[in-house]
Amino acid sequence: MSEFLAMGGYGWYVWGSYGVTVAALALEILFLWRRSREAKA
Amino acid sequence: MSAAINWFWFASPQTFFPLAGRIARACWVLAALLALAGLYVGFFVAPTDAQQGEAYRIIFIHVPAAWMSMFLYVVMALWAALGLAFNTRLSSMMASAIAPTGALFTFLALWTGALWGRPTWGAYWVWDARLTSELILLFLYLGFMALQAAIDDPRRADRAGALLAIVGVVNVPIIYYSVVWWNTLHQGASVSLTRAPSMAATMLAGMLLMVLAFWLYSIAASLTRLRCIIRERE
Repeated sequence: MSEFLAMGGYGWYVWGSYGVTVAALALEILFLWRRSREAKA
Repeated sequence: MSAAINWFWFASPQTFFPLAGRIARACWVLAALLALAGLYVGFFVAPTDAQQGEAYRIIFIHVPAAWMSMFLYVVMALWAALGLAFNTRLSSMMASAIAPTGALFTFLALWTGALWGRPTWGAYWVWDARLTSELILLFLYLGFMALQAAIDDPRRADRAGALLAIVGVVNVPIIYYSVVWWNTLHQGASVSLTRAPSMAATMLAGMLLMVLAFWLYSIAASLTRLRCIIRERE
């Protein structure tokens, strides 16, 4: 498991990319969900 | 063709609203499933790259995000132009609905590119033609959104934004061909329609799954935002 997370020494670059991508898409979904709820009201 | 579908029926925001909801729901589900499949292939099936080690695994989000950033801009400009030419409200709303998702993928292409550039080129950022033109694309998206937000009358905002989007479309072929026209640090295309791809089949499969996932995500996010815009405006 720790070997997987280390990504052969490139952990920061690989997980930095994937982490920010997941966070950005999750934020967009959250904003869309809140906007949909407000637009309905 | 007596049984032809009357496409203009869907040009009305009210009639398209429920259909947009159904398409969006299907696309959210499909995008999630394809992303899971793509990540599985990308991390557990695709082999380690001989030259770049594990760092190359950034490709599974970098290339799809970069493709979507350019593709969404063209689609946005197309809808904006249709709205300008035919004065159809829904077309302009489509353009506004796509812009934030396009900007997001442009940012992600730049971000993942920076984190890929550091281990392979030794620098997070260089003023290379590919990187610079992609940064200009981000400013075009942000400019489109800021311009529309600054104008109170929605129809005037649509027209002003459409002009900016149409003029900015010239940047897309510049991004695409930058690696051919200039001597860039950024590598040329790994995948093209005329040549065999220069990568292992499993790597390509993982990447194409992620491209499909991002594509469906973009449709889902844009149509969900379109429904918000319709509700807010009408």
